[in-house]
Amino acid sequence: MTDTQYDRAPGDASALPDVEQGTSSGVLVYTIGLALAVVLTAMSFWVANTSLLWAGGVSLGLTVLAIAQMGVHLVFFLHVTTGPDNTNNVMALAFGVLIVVLVVVGSLLIMADLNDNMMPAAELMNLQMQH
Amino acid sequence: MSIAVAVDDEVRYEARPSASEAGPAPKRIVVGFGFWVFLLSDIVMFAAIFAAYAALAHATAGGPSGGQLFNQRSVAIETGCLLASSYTCGLMSLAIGSRRFAATYLAALVTFVLGACFLVLELREFAGMIAIGAGPQRSAFLSAFFTLVGCHGLHVTAGLVWLVVMMAQVAIKGFRAAVERRLLCFSLFWHALDIVWVWLFTVVYLMGVLS
Amino acid sequence: MNLLGKLDWSAIPFDQPIIMGASGGVVLAIVSILSWVTLKGYVPYLWREWITSVDHKRIGIMYIILALIMLLRGFADAIMMRAQQAVAAGGAQGYLPPDHFDQIFSAHGTIMIFFMAMPFVIGMMNFVVPLQLGVRDMAFPTLNSVALGLTASGILLTNISLAVGEFAKTGWVAYPPLSELQFSPGVGVDYYLWALQISGVGTLMTGINFVTTILKTRAPGMSYMRMPVFCWTSLAANLLIVAAFPVLTATLAMLLLDRYLGFHFFTIDGQGNAMMYVNLFWVWGHPEVYILVLPAFGIFSEVVSAFSGKPLFGYRSMVAATMSICVLSFIVWLHHFFTMGASANVNGFFGVMTMIIAVPTGVKVFNWLFTMYGGRVRFTVPILWSIGFMVTFVIGGMTGVLMAVPPADFQLHNSLFLIAHFHNVIIGGTVFGLMAGYNYWFPKAFGFKLDERWGRTSFWCWLIGFYLAFMPLYALGLMGMTRRMQHYDVVSWQPWLVVAAVGVVVIFAGIVSQVIQLVVSIRDREQVKVTADPWNGRTLEWATASPPPAWNFAMLPQVTDIDAFAFWKRKQRERTQQAQPTKERKFEPIEIPKNSATGFITAFFAVVTGFALIWHIWWMAGAGAIGVFLTMLAFAFRNEEEIKIPADQIARFELANQAEIAG
Repeated sequence: MTDTQYDRAPGDASALPDVEQGTSSGVLVYTIGLALAVVLTAMSFWVANTSLLWAGGVSLGLTVLAIAQMGVHLVFFLHVTTGPDNTNNVMALAFGVLIVVLVVVGSLLIMADLNDNMMPAAELMNLQMQH
Repeated sequence: MSIAVAVDDEVRYEARPSASEAGPAPKRIVVGFGFWVFLLSDIVMFAAIFAAYAALAHATAGGPSGGQLFNQRSVAIETGCLLASSYTCGLMSLAIGSRRFAATYLAALVTFVLGACFLVLELREFAGMIAIGAGPQRSAFLSAFFTLVGCHGLHVTAGLVWLVVMMAQVAIKGFRAAVERRLLCFSLFWHALDIVWVWLFTVVYLMGVLS
Repeated sequence: MNLLGKLDWSAIPFDQPIIMGASGGVVLAIVSILSWVTLKGYVPYLWREWITSVDHKRIGIMYIILALIMLLRGFADAIMMRAQQAVAAGGAQGYLPPDHFDQIFSAHGTIMIFFMAMPFVIGMMNFVVPLQLGVRDMAFPTLNSVALGLTASGILLTNISLAVGEFAKTGWVAYPPLSELQFSPGVGVDYYLWALQISGVGTLMTGINFVTTILKTRAPGMSYMRMPVFCWTSLAANLLIVAAFPVLTATLAMLLLDRYLGFHFFTIDGQGNAMMYVNLFWVWGHPEVYILVLPAFGIFSEVVSAFSGKPLFGYRSMVAATMSICVLSFIVWLHHFFTMGASANVNGFFGVMTMIIAVPTGVKVFNWLFTMYGGRVRFTVPILWSIGFMVTFVIGGMTGVLMAVPPADFQLHNSLFLIAHFHNVIIGGTVFGLMAGYNYWFPKAFGFKLDERWGRTSFWCWLIGFYLAFMPLYALGLMGMTRRMQHYDVVSWQPWLVVAAVGVVVIFAGIVSQVIQLVVSIRDREQVKVTADPWNGRTLEWATASPPPAWNFAMLPQVTDIDAFAFWKRKQRERTQQAQPTKERKFEPIEIPKNSATGFITAFFAVVTGFALIWHIWWMAGAGAIGVFLTMLAFAFRNEEEIKIPADQIARFELANQAEIAG
């Protein structure tokens, strides 16, 4: 227990004890990340364009794939871990994600509710133009 | 009157239990964490623009919708460019870690070229849309689209400029601690942009064309 | 091609005697101060020791000076509004035309929130937090100086609008579609937008800086649960800055795109949605009020505990309350627009959340009360402000909970009741807190105390003036008077508004007393000189000299408890009783960050860019932006980052300081 008293800087890989070993295992980590990201991206594009899936579930599927890909980036490229030396970084990230979710979901719910409650004049006009 | 004198003989250094009591962290950790916090704030800014885009996604004002405008092939190539550049950026970090100049320059060059390709493709897409009268002034939906995607594009541009400056710093100053810290921040920035892009292509380009 | 964009001589309102008189006075004051400083030969000193300083204490003091000047500016606006409404009843139009009145209330709100309260709070945190954490500086000292520069740039732009062009007439929230080009074609809204964008970037930098400082650089041994409460509330406030200000930046950027490039975010045509602006504005706006008030809560905690001679009651519950307010403040924003048309379910949810946030706030109030209970309270000026706060803030909080009930809000929305409520919490909470902190930490900053008698006079004038000025507004709100009225027909409102105007005069007396207090204290500074610990303080800032040296602490303190300094003093007493020898001290050289003109130069170019963008002088905007970029580049390529202070200089300072304490 010598030098573990500080948290690690975000983006610094945890397990790189010495340089020679570190580089090759580092390349491996990035390569695995790249492969997973490519697979997930390809799946996203496939899911969006295929007619094999139930249309209603596509959006949900795309969201899940995006979250998964975000996780891959965080773990393999940004080296975020659950280790004790990463607590601050993960806490900050969690706070950020919480705020993002609150802002996006909150705003969308509020705006959708407003639209339901009082359809703006422009939309009514739009409806008339379509019919 | 300093408090240190009286107390420092009472604290046994080996008794420090955790990072929270270890005293001021080394500079690399402080800088990295500070930039991490900046990135979170940047992502919150993207979240606000995302929210605006999502609220206005159907406000086409009789103009073209996403389904009519987006070209998935070009988006797929853009995604590939950015993902590959994220990978080469990671390789650059490794090269920096082992202080290999040539490998660092090479990885930076590839990262730069891939980022520039991404930008060129994005600008071509924008120009094509503006040419057919689907510019940001056409409707609220297009305003939000150009702002959201353009904001990410601006970040990529800033990243490219930053990368050039950093390579100049490596060339002039070598791998000194300050330069390495900035390179760490750059790689954080570049990877974060890729994460934003994941959400962008998912929400804008893929969900945007669903019926 | 016009080289000066929209700018020409018609931008200066020569036909408006009030504006010309005011701006003439300001220009005269600035010119005379500058020439005095130059003639006395103070410029090199100011440049070396203040403008290019990256010392958190100096930067904090400069923030507070800016805030105090802006308090005067914003207060001048307040006097004008109160005077106008006291006379403009029935058929009378008062002395301010609508065009000017609208600019005044917009400027008052913008200045008081962004350029008085924010710099004051940030200045206070800047000065105190690193000292309380027992460290030598902020995590990013030069960034701190740049942030100060950008804040000053925003302030300068806002005040330029007084003489050149106009300010927004949209209110401080600048709701579209009124703030869109279609209805506000002048430069007023552009002044508002660019001033806020530029200072907003500075505020964001500050937020990042403080979060990093508090989480990553604390004295050895200071675990989270040993941090002073002011550091906790600062952490919460800065987390909120980091999370909320980007939303404001994005929202204002959208409005700018609408105005400059013909986008359709919030316009009426192109299917824009003005309600999205309101929504996003308050996503930032609600956390903002906690950004302002949480540090004030921290100040009260420090003051109450120091002057009661006791540790804070319920430290852990205080921390928990602070952090839960930090998160809860992000889920209540809709209560600012209950009447916009959301359904009962949505309004109900946000109403309930708003009421819940009163719970942790209540916890805090009880903690302060119980800290005083059983303590030996010394009734100094800071504690007077704290007690005044507790009474006033509870009233303001309760009217807030009242308005959190959506049906009640439908009656009170945009009425003077709302104005009374938020002045009640911002003045009663933030301003009172800042005044307590100003009186409490002044001796630390300058080495002498502020005059007690004038301080008490100032407090009583403020307190009485506040009640006279704002209690009538509650009544007027219930009687149906809306905000921002240049004149009104209901004559029965007039007596109330006259009382409010009298209240403002009493507050003015309070501000005058504060100026006198400062002058008198500077005059008699030798008599009111203090050593390191004038108040018998409990936290680490009192462990170093007053004013502290550039390096704050000759050796980083080792922290073993909450209220580290009180703990150390107790230990020290026991030690003297047992007559243990104190150890010989050896000093080591200390590295402190080097001064940098980056902040000042960045601020200069930011003002150039902002001004050029407001007046559509595109070449100048480009030149300013390039200037900012080159400044950053020059900073990135500098070779020396730190200077070393030799050990004997530190030893000499410490010795002199010891001698002073002994003698």
